Amino acid sequence: MEMTKGLISIFMTMILTQNFILSKFLGICPFLGVSKKVNTAVGMSLAVIFVMALSTAVTYPINKYLLAANGLEYLQTIVFILVIAALVQMVEIILKKYMPALYNSLGIYLPLITTNCAVLGVVTLNIDNGYNFAQSMVCSVGGGVGFLIAMVMFAGVRSRLESCDIPKFLKGLPITLVAASLVSLSFLGFAGVVENIFA
Amino acid sequence: MNQILLPVLIVAAIGLIAGLGLAIASVVFAVPVDKKAEAIRECLPGANCGACGFSGCDGYAAALSKGETTDTALCNPGGNEASASIAKILGVEAGSVAPQTAVVMCQGFCEKSKRKMEYNGVSSCKMAKQLFGGPKECIYGCIGLGDCVAACPYEAIHICDGIARVNQETCKACKMCVKTCPNGIIGMMPKHETKAAVLCVNKDKGAITRKECQLGCIGCMKCTKVCEYDAVQVKNFCASVDYDKCIGCGKCTETCPVKCINLVVIK
Repeated sequence: MEMTKGLISIFMTMILTQNFILSKFLGICPFLGVSKKVNTAVGMSLAVIFVMALSTAVTYPINKYLLAANGLEYLQTIVFILVIAALVQMVEIILKKYMPALYNSLGIYLPLITTNCAVLGVVTLNIDNGYNFAQSMVCSVGGGVGFLIAMVMFAGVRSRLESCDIPKFLKGLPITLVAASLVSLSFLGFAGVVENIFA
Repeated sequence: MNQILLPVLIVAAIGLIAGLGLAIASVVFAVPVDKKAEAIRECLPGANCGACGFSGCDGYAAALSKGETTDTALCNPGGNEASASIAKILGVEAGSVAPQTAVVMCQGFCEKSKRKMEYNGVSSCKMAKQLFGGPKECIYGCIGLGDCVAACPYEAIHICDGIARVNQETCKACKMCVKTCPNGIIGMMPKHETKAAVLCVNKDKGAITRKECQLGCIGCMKCTKVCEYDAVQVKNFCASVDYDKCIGCGKCTETCPVKCINLVVIK
């Protein structure tokens, strides 16, 4: 019971208070790049969830039994980038062969997130927080879901911006950044909520 | 020594495993690629405008390579160049693309056409049209809020003095604007020719048109009478030119009392 509660707490924290995009400012590139339409935002986010879970599942044992066992924690970044990039490429190849439908919807986003900082961020965060395997997996899926929520929300905001009469000097990226900062600010309202629910 | 050697070995080993794994996977899980379709795709401009009637450039390339269509001239943006290079790959005769350009059939500049209201809503022609047919007195003309500007993949359309204008040098005739315009006032015209074009689609009676816009077609039939080639017809109080018959003599342009027929020279 205590463990489940802990896991749920981690999950909700990753979505609301520690949201990768809106609180940690990781993965801003896809956040601004593919948030123009809701469907591309969803496609990208699903790919991110998938890659985050997969890379956590693979990097956790590598860190524990290969790096930490030999006192080589300082190699984490380079090894993880290597492993994640290779893994995503591998998944892409397999998907293309056996699940063309899924490949067509996720495939174009997969290469984009091979070395995404949010993906690398979640695996390093798991280690920094000293999570065990179950906690790490929940944390990474939660991070992915948080990414999805932020993306979809922002895609909604952007589609409203599209039809607005924006002053010329703010058109395009400037107004997008302003909107992003406001959305991020609104997420600040969740600070302390999760901790107090599960206190 | 161990402190240096071990990390190097570990990273090298991981790199090697990953590299080998990818190399093997790319052979084992290789998906046969349609080389022909890929080569055809290279010849297409890649705007994915859908003017060919297929789902983007990839769709057209796949259809051509599978033999679903043999018409190499469906790509307007690519023009004759693309048609010729596709035909070379397929080994068939190249179809010729008649070069076209989009023309906005409206001259309702700010000063020339009256407005019935100051529109401050959502900046989209489609939305503005919902409100009493748009902010102008003339409900047929260009609303000028730039739906076509947003639709154009080549940035060939701009709003000048209240109405959309097509830059004929950058227009690739993909017809995205034609599909987008809620009033359907963007038409296609043959390139490299001089033709008379009626730059108005107002179907109101002449007297009403006169009040709405100084440059609107009043359907006076003068152009029909003066044309020696039977190229100008008036239907629903609005003239239109048959570009196949028109030779660009300019007689209708001279007679038109409201100057809504213009000689359009497209380079």
